[in-house]
Amino acid sequence: MWRDALLVAGKDLRIEARSRVGLWQVVPFALLALVLFAFALGPGPVALRAAAPGLFWLAVLFSTVLAIQRSFAIEGGEGTRDGLRLSGLDPAGIFLGKAAAVALQLLVLQLVLFAGVVLLFGARLHTPWLAITASVLATIGLSAAGVAYGALSAGLRVRETLLPLLVLPVLAPVLLAGSRAWAAALATSPAGGGQWLKILGAFAAVYVVVGVVLYGPLQEAA
Amino acid sequence: MPVLCTRSMGAAMATVVELRTAVALAGRFPALSGVDLSVEAGEVVVVLGPNGSGKTSLLRTCAGLLNVSSGTAVVLGCDLREDRVAVRSRVGLLGHAAPLYDELSARENVRFATRALGYPTDRVDPALERLGLVGRLRRTPVGRLSAGQRRRVALAALVARSPELWLLDEPHAGLDAAARRLLGELVEEAATGGAAVLLSSHEPDLSVPMADRVVSLAGGTITSSSPGGRATKLSVVDLPAPLGAGGSNVA
Repeated sequence: MWRDALLVAGKDLRIEARSRVGLWQVVPFALLALVLFAFALGPGPVALRAAAPGLFWLAVLFSTVLAIQRSFAIEGGEGTRDGLRLSGLDPAGIFLGKAAAVALQLLVLQLVLFAGVVLLFGARLHTPWLAITASVLATIGLSAAGVAYGALSAGLRVRETLLPLLVLPVLAPVLLAGSRAWAAALATSPAGGGQWLKILGAFAAVYVVVGVVLYGPLQEAA
Repeated sequence: MPVLCTRSMGAAMATVVELRTAVALAGRFPALSGVDLSVEAGEVVVVLGPNGSGKTSLLRTCAGLLNVSSGTAVVLGCDLREDRVAVRSRVGLLGHAAPLYDELSARENVRFATRALGYPTDRVDPALERLGLVGRLRRTPVGRLSAGQRRRVALAALVARSPELWLLDEPHAGLDAAARRLLGELVEEAATGGAAVLLSSHEPDLSVPMADRVVSLAGGTITSSSPGGRATKLSVVDLPAPLGAGGSNVA
């Protein structure tokens, strides 16, 4: 399973590096979303700083949908979809590999977005370990749930419009817990941040298990 | 590595494909309606039939991609009605759409297909060379290759995987004359090496000479079966010389 996961993750990341869809489309989209949110809130620095964690995670959430759609567009052709089913790869390994590739892209995206939050909103990180832990846990949850729902919608003609409808409500707890954990990390005192980490950890664990168990049947149904 | 099916066919292990009144579904709709077909190891069977006759469905059923709802369907000792996933890593399907990633090179695509099965990657370069994919062609992203070159890459992946059952869906499509000759050689080599080959075609002129047996498919069922060119050729080769003609042959 782990060997298969590494193989699939390597393949997906190599394809992303060559196509540069993430670099030229997903990253600019996320930064644009951040700027537009800032426009909507107005120029007040206090309001922007207070909203920064929520806006950061909203941008991450929307970008996750794009990254998931891209991950399944790679396997979108009849040939490659069948090829993956005939490849001999463990479906659990395929799930973990695709989730890992999406997670790595999301972590890089968050670095860029964090720079944007610092520059645009004047945010300052007071508890880095809390923000980093929250990011890692939230990213695992987002990519695992996203890939599981991506597999669910993969074979459908309406997958591009269906995926956001399916996945955004499911990812709402990550938006909430991630925003609160980051709010604590940006505040001078990180009080209460730990409990949000537990929620993020539980969400990630549940969706990793769900994906490992259900990816095979979902792949068959697609 | 390939998963061996627990349900062995015992004495009839030489039979690679055994379909008896097999009904297969594509989604909720019947794609095959009562097919009877057997393919032995080392045999090349060509399936002819008009568009929509069920040729692709037959091959996809044998690959374990379609659900068999009734009848008997055993491929490589695996009962497809019980577990159609186990057989997949042991067959090689060349469908209409090549299972290739446009951004990866020919070499990377074949390497991925080979490593997915846990096979050593030293099979990759010889397979590419066998298909004439050398030099720059090997390193070019397959998205930039012609349809025929992409077909060659997909065939190279099959060669590297060396499946026990080759399922070739209209494999001549998009190939030039040289590649068609090469395809004929590959099919012959696979069959001689003990693999079974099930090949669908619209082009009897090209496919029948390769076949031990030719079956016709219409409306999702086999309507006729006749010997192919390979069977005739082999039977001629295998015929013993007449007694006394060469002096050394003993009947």
